[in-house]
Formats: sequence, structure tokens, C-alpha cells
Amino acid sequence: MWLFQLLNSAFAHANSDTFMPPAATEIASHVDQIYVFLLWSSLISFVLLIGGMIWFVIKYKRRTASDKTAYITHNHTLEFLWSFIPFCIFIFSFAWGWIVFHQMRSMPENALEIHVVAKKWDWRFIYKNGREIVAGVDDQGNKTPATMVVPMGRPVKLIMASEKVNPASNEDPKDRPVLHSFFVPAFRTKQDIVPGRYTTLWFQATELGTFNVFCAEYCGDGHYAMRAAIKVVKPEEYEEWLSGEAAGAGGGLSLAEQGKQLYLSRACVGCHSLNGSAGAGPTWKGIFGHDVATNKGTVKVDENYIRESILEPNAQVVSGFQGGVMPSYSGQLKEEEINALIEFIKTVK
Amino acid sequence: MAKNTPDTHAHDHGHGHGAGHNYLNHEKGLWSWLTSLDHKRIGIMYFITVMLFFLVGGLAALTIRTELFSANRLVDGQTTGAVVTASQYTRLMTYHGAIMVFLVIIPGIPAFLGNFFLPLQIGAKDVAFPRLNLLSWYCLLGGAGLAVASMFYGGADTGWTFYTPYSISLSKAVVLLVSGAFVGGFSSILTGLNFVATVHKLRAPGMTMNRIPLFVWALYSTAILQVLATPVLAITLLLIAMENVFQIGFFDPALGGDPVLFQHFFWFYSHPAVYIMILPAFGVISELIAAFSRKTIFGYTAIAYSSIAIAAVSFFVWGHHMFVSGQSEIAGVVFSAITMLVGVPTAIKVFNWVATLHKASINLASPMLYAMGFMFLFTIGGVTGIFLATTALDTHFHDTYFVVAHFHYVMVGGTLMAIMGGIYYWFPKMFGKMVNEVMAQASFFFIFVGFNVTFFPQFVLGAKGMPRRYYDYLPVFEPLNRMSTIGSYMIGTGFVIALIAVIHALLSKQEPVGDNPWGAKTLEWTTTSPPPHDNFEKTPIVTAGPYEYR
Amino acid sequence: MSTVKYDAHGNPYAMHYDSPEHEYQTGKQGVWLFLATEVLMFGGLFVAYAIFHHIYPEVFKIGAKFTDWRFGSANTIVLLSSSLTMALGIYYIQMKNNARAFWMLAITVICGFIFMAIKYVEYSHKLHLGLYPGAWYHGNLEEVAHHVGLSPEEIPANLALYFSFYFMMTGLHGIHVMLGMGLIIWTMIRLKRGDFSPDHYTAVEGVGLFWHLVDLVWIYLFPLLYLVS
Repeated sequence: MWLFQLLNSAFAHANSDTFMPPAATEIASHVDQIYVFLLWSSLISFVLLIGGMIWFVIKYKRRTASDKTAYITHNHTLEFLWSFIPFCIFIFSFAWGWIVFHQMRSMPENALEIHVVAKKWDWRFIYKNGREIVAGVDDQGNKTPATMVVPMGRPVKLIMASEKVNPASNEDPKDRPVLHSFFVPAFRTKQDIVPGRYTTLWFQATELGTFNVFCAEYCGDGHYAMRAAIKVVKPEEYEEWLSGEAAGAGGGLSLAEQGKQLYLSRACVGCHSLNGSAGAGPTWKGIFGHDVATNKGTVKVDENYIRESILEPNAQVVSGFQGGVMPSYSGQLKEEEINALIEFIKTVK
Repeated sequence: MAKNTPDTHAHDHGHGHGAGHNYLNHEKGLWSWLTSLDHKRIGIMYFITVMLFFLVGGLAALTIRTELFSANRLVDGQTTGAVVTASQYTRLMTYHGAIMVFLVIIPGIPAFLGNFFLPLQIGAKDVAFPRLNLLSWYCLLGGAGLAVASMFYGGADTGWTFYTPYSISLSKAVVLLVSGAFVGGFSSILTGLNFVATVHKLRAPGMTMNRIPLFVWALYSTAILQVLATPVLAITLLLIAMENVFQIGFFDPALGGDPVLFQHFFWFYSHPAVYIMILPAFGVISELIAAFSRKTIFGYTAIAYSSIAIAAVSFFVWGHHMFVSGQSEIAGVVFSAITMLVGVPTAIKVFNWVATLHKASINLASPMLYAMGFMFLFTIGGVTGIFLATTALDTHFHDTYFVVAHFHYVMVGGTLMAIMGGIYYWFPKMFGKMVNEVMAQASFFFIFVGFNVTFFPQFVLGAKGMPRRYYDYLPVFEPLNRMSTIGSYMIGTGFVIALIAVIHALLSKQEPVGDNPWGAKTLEWTTTSPPPHDNFEKTPIVTAGPYEYR
Repeated sequence: MSTVKYDAHGNPYAMHYDSPEHEYQTGKQGVWLFLATEVLMFGGLFVAYAIFHHIYPEVFKIGAKFTDWRFGSANTIVLLSSSLTMALGIYYIQMKNNARAFWMLAITVICGFIFMAIKYVEYSHKLHLGLYPGAWYHGNLEEVAHHVGLSPEEIPANLALYFSFYFMMTGLHGIHVMLGMGLIIWTMIRLKRGDFSPDHYTAVEGVGLFWHLVDLVWIYLFPLLYLVS
């Protein structure tokens, strides 16, 4: 009877109806509705099909060695029905999936933005005020996952990048940023993190609690250990937490302030003004979020465009400016320094 | 099917030269096998090699499951695995996938059962290009050799999908493994090319395209996919090798390349490849259902053309592997819609098979049990495919155990069940002997039950959010993983029984089984068991469709 | 089944066919299927080319300046001529003029050699400048810029990508040229042995089709790599 004990314990932790973890965002409950719909339609189709098969097998079991069978080659009505009905279910499921997928992929305005940096094999979360969250170690020497704290009920947008293990190892081809994927089962959301560009993901938690974050894209030996957590707290608590402790790596400066320092120390100031006047390069004033004309057509100045312009300045040059003037900062800036510059540019209105 | 010519009829009574002289004793010695141009012998050589690879891939799977039996515990302040380390685990997982996909499931049905029975079923004396056929077997061996060589260079740990940029960090093992898949790919291309030409040009008189058995239709659709899709895999793998050797930078963001482009290239082949793996299984199941219900197949045309439809549509669905890869929303939506379309011809097939059972005379021998097992498991695999094709749901399920469970239900529950059913069905034709029915049914029981115990819990694990390719997991996932591991041992037991059954049958002294022990109608059953070297004493003349049970 | 049968005219064919004609038609279909796989394989590279050309047009524009259209045109002419001599080779076999056919095939192989020799010159020139593919690229910026009469600032940072494509595409094509030459030499040996007759020359025809395909791929490579602007 160990088998039943095993079965019992196996399903003890499962959600009583759907096996999904409790939904902690509104979109997650939308996803669950599609899931339950498909679960039921699958179950019904399965019972019809396999039940029918078993019934036929019992009913038409061979009795004698010389049984004769009916010669039925086809039936257009039946064939149409069992093509058309599944087709309708599939298209319905597709359309419903699309609607919810569209919500997942439409980034809300005015979301709380947090930078996520993934590497083999850990996560770092960087807030706009410069606060950096990394993994820790508890009293027993066990690793505690990096825990992102977010306010309940407010949209949060993650701007995610992948970096190499050792940012200083420029010439080591074995150490390169790889794919990761930010996966929050309780939010039913997931987004791959692609080296060389930013990907984004958003959620709006509706439940308090701490939720697991897994890396879902295979990234090597430590893939399984690449865990983090999201702690959803009340908004007041969040504000308190955010201003409470001293920030980490930034020496108490916000990301934008660090960006301003870089702007001055890395000679951006030589070509890019903050007051709207053109230099050797376009001004940064009010540039973020707007469309600019470039030699490759119109582009929207977003995180990815700024990142590209820092790392490959000649890829898309703003019209009216000369290509080939700005050197590449590829390998010169760390991920968080690029993040800081982007945050600074966002503040130059 | 056919009205046999009078003199092939004579073999029904065990007369004629076929009773003593057949392809097995046509020539003697190992060398005569290794240089044989006889499609039947090449089929048997594929059988043996594929089964050897299956053993290796299977042992890797059992080791993986053993490791995952428990969540790792802290021992002396360090977490340790039960049987392997993390880096051994990632290699096991890579080789399990690569071996099972490239060396077992892809060649499994076409190159083994297909090679043996496609010419017999269309009344041909051989495949169109016997030398290419032999060459394709050596390509598979060469590919396997390179894969083994890669293990001596530290082993590849990229997963069988070789996703960039992880796979392009100058690893010799990756170069060797992708070269192995490249060379093995030629085996697949050559087999496909051979089958297309054979079906076009070598059909017996009267064997029109709407009289060829559904197994041949399935192999034909598969062959088209093999010819059209595999070259793209070849160039993709070549690029991966070049990335590792010369760092050409196509997929390397550091050099201006695009890692996601690799995924497009890879899945452009590898999604059709999924149908290369499953379409032949559909063909086997059609044969089994018709033969063991002694009834003409319901909707022959629908089944035949749905294979072609699946093959055609399968070229336009690759992006459904990439809903969360960073491709645009609209791309995801388009791929989702087209993917739904593949579901329709697939559903049509299953409905047709069940309809065939209506008013039939069903013989529940072991091949039929496997066919029913196939329908049970494949239906689960199929409906969960709809979950994954739905963009919003896939966002949650992508790269979790739900996906692992889904494709094992399709690939193992589908293709492997079909191979097993096919082996038991055609065994008397191939070797002139029957497999012990008790052992055959016992193997079915263990494989079928074990399979569900192994993989059903994985759907639940995936829904709960356990990602795939994990060496260790949260304690909350432990009970289901335990179940899964126990199930995998049952599957292993089932295959051991099956292996014993086959060896036992080969060694046993038996009365000759006769030409047609199952009372089936396709042409291979009109010649002797085992068939003579040149298949038919006299070229059969075909006058009717393949399943004329009247 | 390797057993050979003979038809009424003494032409051999494998025993699983009905007639030499049946064997010929089947063989030809096999060759066409094989050519389809080749087209798809190169097709993958062309798609990659199209994508990266779209992202970095200037990389390809400036990269192409390092190729010499005169070498490219010379090679185009050489390969086109070789396609003609290949076709003539088959024509002379049909005309029962095996001696001429042999010479035509020999000229085809020589054209292949000339093609590879020109490629060798081009390759060594590029490698000399340090224009290696991908991360192996180590061209001196000043020198490279000077070579094409541009200022160093105008050289794109990822120019190496062009050379990845250049070497990957011409390299794969070059391997095919060499394979084709080997196959033609094989048909020449068989021709000398008297294997072919006006009724029976499937192998030469198949090799010929392969050679034309190799030629055709070059016809696409030439403008894409040498003449992009």
C-alpha cells in the first residue's frame, strides 16, 4: 500500500483542482481560465475517443477465426464534423490565448522599473535609487536567493539583461553572457533574457507573499540553482523598505545619479549636451521615449536603442550627425553602468 | 490487397524455394551483411544499431531519473547529488536527448521498418538506390562514432538543442557532437531521397498512388520532410561548428550576431523533424489497426492526405518554440495560429482509427495492444500540444516539465509504441518466427503503465512550475519526482522483457509461421516468411486497394 | 541488389528495375532530389546573409570593397565556360565521340583548377591583410582603411562579419567545386573504361547536373559578395 501513500503525498501539494500554483496576478487567473477550459475540453475529447475505442474493442472482439467485418470506407458528414469541431476549439483557444498574451506583452505606462541582471548562475536586481539586491548566505551557510521586493497592486516592469560571469574578462571567449529566462510560476509569466539586448516583462501582483523565481532557459551546470524570489508587500511597506537601508554598490547614489557621474567621467559630456544644443552628438535633452530619424529610418529611443548606441555607436546614427565619430564602449562599461546611463538619460527632460 | 499472381499464392502453403532459401541465408558471414545492398538486410542492421543506441540513451534516462529520485540534501555543508554531479547530469541530459532524437527516433521507423517493408509493400525488389541505402547506414554509424568521440573531449553539455550562445564557447566536444548530428543527418537525407524515388518509380504494376498502403504514405510524407528540412539542419549545425572553431559570429552577440537567429534556424528543421519522428508511427498504426480489426481502414484518403498536410504545414510553425524568446508578439501569434492548424489533420487521423474499429473483428494480440496504447498516449500528447500552442498558456509552460511530459507522450508514447507494435507485427515476416505472446503482452503492460507513471506526474510538475533540465529541485516537487522515477524503472523492465522476448524468439525452434500469420492484406504478406533475396518470386500485379477485407 | 541484367541491346541495368530507361529516369530523379537538398542548404546561408545585410548594410558595402570584381568576374567566366564544356561532354557521349567527350570533361576539371587557383590568390590576399572571419579578424585599422581609401572612422566595428560570410559561403562553395572535380575525374575514368554509351550515361548526366548547380550557386554568390552596394 506504499503506492497509495505515494500517490497521496504526490497530490497533497497540488492545487485541489488544477495543479497550478495559486495565481498571484490578475493575468495569472486569466491564464488559469484558459487552462481550465482546455483541461475540460481535453478530458471530454479524451474520454470520447479512448472510451469509444475501448467500447469498440470490447464489443467487436474477434469471436471466430472467420469473422466478417463491415466494409465502410468513409462518411463525409462524420469526417467533416470531426475536422470542424476540433478546428473550432483550436481557434477558440488560439484567440483566447492571444488576448491574454497581448495583455502580457503590452508594457504599462508609469510602471515601477527594476533592472534585472542575470549571469551564470545568479540574479541581481537594481532599483532606480541605486539599491542592488543580490543573493545572501544564512547562518547555516545556505544560500538565500536574491529577493526582489515589490509593492502590491502596482505594475512592475523588469528591464532584463544578461552579463558575463567576470565583466573584466573581455578576451575570454569561454566566458560570455548566455540565455536565461525569468520565470515566475505564480504570475504565469516568463521571458527569455537575450545577451546583447534588453528584454522586458511586467506584472502586477495582487497577492501578498514570497514567490519563487526560476531560470527557465538552460544555462549550464548551475542552471538548477539559479533561483530568486519576489516578495510582494503592501505599498507603504515597500516605500519604507526602499528608503530604509543604505543602498549597496552605488555608494548611496541613485542609478540616475551614478549615470550622471559616468556622463561626466566617461566623456559623454564632450559631445552630448543636456540643454538641447547640438554638439558632435545629439543632445540628451528630452530624447528618451521619442522617435528620432536615423540613417536606418525612424527609431524610438528606448533602452535597447541607447544600449546599442553605447556599444555600437555606428549601428543607427541620428540624422544630421556623422557616423564613426563616437568610439564603441563595448567592454568598457559594466551592465549596471549602462543601466545607470540609461536611467540618467531618462531624467534629462 | 492484391490479387496475387497464381504462383506467389503457392507460398501460402509453404512450398517453393522461399521456404528454405531467404534473405537471411542468401549469403553467409558478417562481411556479407556489412556490404549487403539488400534493403531487408540493411533494415535489420539498422534495427540492431538503433536498439544499441536506444540502450545507451535509455541508460542515460534511467540515470537521470535515479538522480532526480530525491531532492539533494546537505551533506557536510555541501549539497551532493545521489549518483552524479551537476556537470555529469547536464552531459547525461544532452546525450540522452541527442542520441534518442538523432540516432533512435528519427531513423527508428523509416530506416528500420521502412527500409524492410516499403519495397515489399509496393511490390518492388529493392529501394531505388541500394548503394545509397547502405551508405546511409554507414553515415549513421559515422555520426554515432563522432558522438562517442565527443564524450572523450569532456562531453557536450548544451542540451540536444545546442542553443547559442551557450553552445559556442569553443568546445571541442560540441564541434564533434554537431558534426556527428551533421553526418547522421546525411543518413536521414539519403534514406528520404531513396524513399521518394522508390515510391515514385518502383511501384508494382497496378500499384497506383491511391492503392499504396498507409505505412508507405506516411513514409513518403516523412521522406519529403527529410529531404527538405534536414539540409537546413545541416547548415545550422555547420555554422555551430564554425562558431566553435573560427568564431564566425553569426550567432554571437559580442560580434554583432544574433543568438535568437539560431533558434529560428534550428527549429525550422527541428519542428518538421518532430513530424519526421511521428508520421511513420502514424503509418505503422494504420497498418496495425487495419490488420487486427480485419477491416478496411476508415477514411484511407483522409489519413493519406492528412500526412501530406501535416508535412506541409509543419514548415511554418517553428516559431511556437519561441513565444518567450524575445521574438515579436505578432510573430508569436501567427505561429500559434498555424500551429493550431496542424492539430486538425492530426485529430482526423485518430478519429479515423477509432472509426475503423466500429463493426470490426478485433484481435487483441500484442501488436494491437501497442496500437491501442499508442492511441491512448498519443491523444494525451496531442491535446497537451494544444495547451502549448496557446500563446498565453505556453508562456507559463514553456521550458517546464509540462513540455517534457508532452513531447515524451508524443515521441515515446507515440513513436516508440509504434515501433514496438511494428516489431511484434512484422517479426514473423522478418524472421519467420513468432514472438512469445505472453512475454510480448507483459512487456506492453510494463511499458504502458510505467510510461504513465513516469510522465503523467511531469505534467503536474510543469504546471506547478518546475523548469526542465534541472539537476535539483525544491523539496515540494519531490513526491511527484519519486513517482516518475519509479515509473521509469517499470519502463526499463518492460524493455528488458521485450529484448528477452525477441532474443528468445530468434533462438527458439518453431514450426514455420506461414506467409500470413495475422491474415493481413498488404503485399508483404503474400511472399514467404522470411522473404527471399529478391522479395517476390514473380512481380505482383495489383488490382485493388490495400485493405480489401470483404 | 547488385545483380546486373541486360536488355535486348546489351545495356546493363540493376535487376530491381524494369529496363535501363527505368533505371535512368529513377537515377535522374534521385539526382534532382539531391540537388534540392543542396539548394536548401545554401538557402540557409542566403537567408542568414539577407538578415545580416538588412541589419548592417554598411558592413557588407565596405566589406565588398576588399574583393576585386575582376577576380570575381574572371571566376564567373571560368565557371560558366566549364558548364558549357560539361554539357558538351555529355553531348559527345550521346554522339558516341568518347575521345572528344573525354577532352571536354578534362577541360571542365581544368576550369575547376583555375577557379580554385584564383580563389587561392584572393584568399591569401585577404588573410595577409588580417581579414579573417569573426573573432580571428586582426586587420590593422589604419592599414585596412587605407586599403579601400576610407578613413579609419568609416570602418564598421563588426566588419569581420562580412568576412565570416565571405569565407563561409565561398568556402562551402569551394568544397563543392572540389567535390565536383573529383566526381568529373571519376566519370573520366569510367569513360575510358568504356562504361558509357549513348543509351547509358546516367552518372555523367548526374555529375553534370551537380556541376551546373555549383555554377549556379556561384552566379548568386558573385553579386552578393563582390558587387553589393
